[in-house]
Amino acid sequence: MITLAKKLLSDASGKANLDIGDIIICNVDLAMIHDSGGPRRVKPILERLNRNVWNKEKIVVVTDHYVPVESDEAHAIQALTKKWVKDNEIDNFYDEQGICHVVLPERGHLTPGLFCVGGDSHSPTGGAFGAYMFGIGATEMAGVLATGSIWIKTPETILMSWQNQLRKYVTAKDMMLAMCRKIGMGGGRYQAIQFAGETIRKLPMQERMTLSNMAAELGAQAGLIAPDETTIAYVEAAGGQVPNNWRDFQIETAEDTNNIMQFDAANLSPQIAAPHSPENANDADEFQNTAFDVAYIGACTGAKYIDLLAAADVLKGRRIAKGVTLKVAPASLRDQHRAAEDGIMQILEDAGAEFLANSCGICAGYGEDRLAEGQVCISSTARNFKGRMGAQSSSVYLASPYTVAASAVTGMLTDPRLVMGE
Amino acid sequence: MPRLWRFEGTIDTDVLAPGFYMKSPLPKLSNHCLEAVRPDFARTVEKGDVFLANANMGVGSSREQAAEVLKYLGISAVIAPSFAGIFYRNAINLGLPVFTIDQTLMSMPALVDGANVEFHFDVAELKILDDATCIKLIPLPNFLKELILDGGLVPHLEKRFQQEGSSS
Repeated sequence: MITLAKKLLSDASGKANLDIGDIIICNVDLAMIHDSGGPRRVKPILERLNRNVWNKEKIVVVTDHYVPVESDEAHAIQALTKKWVKDNEIDNFYDEQGICHVVLPERGHLTPGLFCVGGDSHSPTGGAFGAYMFGIGATEMAGVLATGSIWIKTPETILMSWQNQLRKYVTAKDMMLAMCRKIGMGGGRYQAIQFAGETIRKLPMQERMTLSNMAAELGAQAGLIAPDETTIAYVEAAGGQVPNNWRDFQIETAEDTNNIMQFDAANLSPQIAAPHSPENANDADEFQNTAFDVAYIGACTGAKYIDLLAAADVLKGRRIAKGVTLKVAPASLRDQHRAAEDGIMQILEDAGAEFLANSCGICAGYGEDRLAEGQVCISSTARNFKGRMGAQSSSVYLASPYTVAASAVTGMLTDPRLVMGE
Repeated sequence: MPRLWRFEGTIDTDVLAPGFYMKSPLPKLSNHCLEAVRPDFARTVEKGDVFLANANMGVGSSREQAAEVLKYLGISAVIAPSFAGIFYRNAINLGLPVFTIDQTLMSMPALVDGANVEFHFDVAELKILDDATCIKLIPLPNFLKELILDGGLVPHLEKRFQQEGSSS
């Protein structure tokens, strides 16, 4: 049976009739690298191999991890990144424009049918566009840049089938945390997860991106969504090239019915994941009377335009509670500008939000702005591993932007429907 | 004599290579490896020691420094019932042996933290010297074994490019 994953890998490898487990060599249509795992790591390897990049037009470079550029080390990394981009004549360079997984689609680089690799674990985000995209480390990326190809083991498809409509103030992030809760962080077994069903069809692209993004947290290699008119409208608006055969990728099936999981969106409540794993998720109202210090709306997972819009919906005409801070790091400069034009940034500011750079920010824990010892955070990001966002004694709860904003208003972890009177 | 380091819980990339030190050179980053869960590890680990972790070892980020620090600190093999995909690929690409162990073997009393061990790459075996137990690990596919024996992806590609160069 042909699945979307097999169709994409068959096209990339030129091999028909793939079986699960077949090891194939795929030609790479796009390789995305960022400032941390990118030039500073691949440059010495390419030099050692005495190879230039295989195709400069198929490479996209984004700076987002060491932004803002604070330390001497970070300055050196960014200087090296810029020089490498110039020396290799890479035109697709987005310097401090936002987080790679959001910048890539908003600039039209992703379209159905592509086979892509990214030097970051949240690269499955590209699957939302009907592309096969997955994360790899820097040495493997150097191999891709030198050869234009990579080996892959043909995966099974695990179909997450969602029916019915989400209730108000329940989002893709809640769907994802519910899936983490159900199958755990290893449940994806490094296979291809595909999100399917009528719930998915009704989601806008940035919500679909949240699902594909956190396929990483389900332990999957890829997080696919079959393209539809919503996908095509987004890609066209972003200036991307939609392939004529995009309907060939409208496949929603798994090889084995044991690999199909059913979910009912109508029964889903807002979810919160307790420290220190996304799989520690439960209904938000199970966490009432839990105090925290910092509310964070950030990252590729949780600070896109649609996430800022959700936060503003809750925060309009309200103020954050005394004793807590709300930090917002819009995921891209474009999304921030759009949010400013629509009055969203003003609403957030009036509610008491502080703004951080359009970068990975506290989520990656790379910079000076991080959680202090003992601090508790409620965050719209993807990962709450021990110490990831700061001090080892800090702890992080994960939730949707609605839930983070509602919690900021009450000063306690809160189901957003309580604040919104639903 | 090499010892076994056995870790409880799930070991993620962020405890192996903490984000705040990712800007630092490898020796400094290595000093902070696992400090959030086992502060004595980086100071006392010795060359040849073997790392045993629970399922989904190396979950999280794509940062290959998570595998690189273990290799730098002298770990000769990482063993777990399952690995996060990117960590697994990274380790092999860096020439760090990674082996899967049957989950049911994890409850063997011999697999105790601090045990004296010998690791045999060729036959995928871990010998516990204290009670002469020999644990069979799941063998690697040949092409991954070759990648590790070459020393990782970079020396492997060097070899391939040389062969391509000399045959053309």
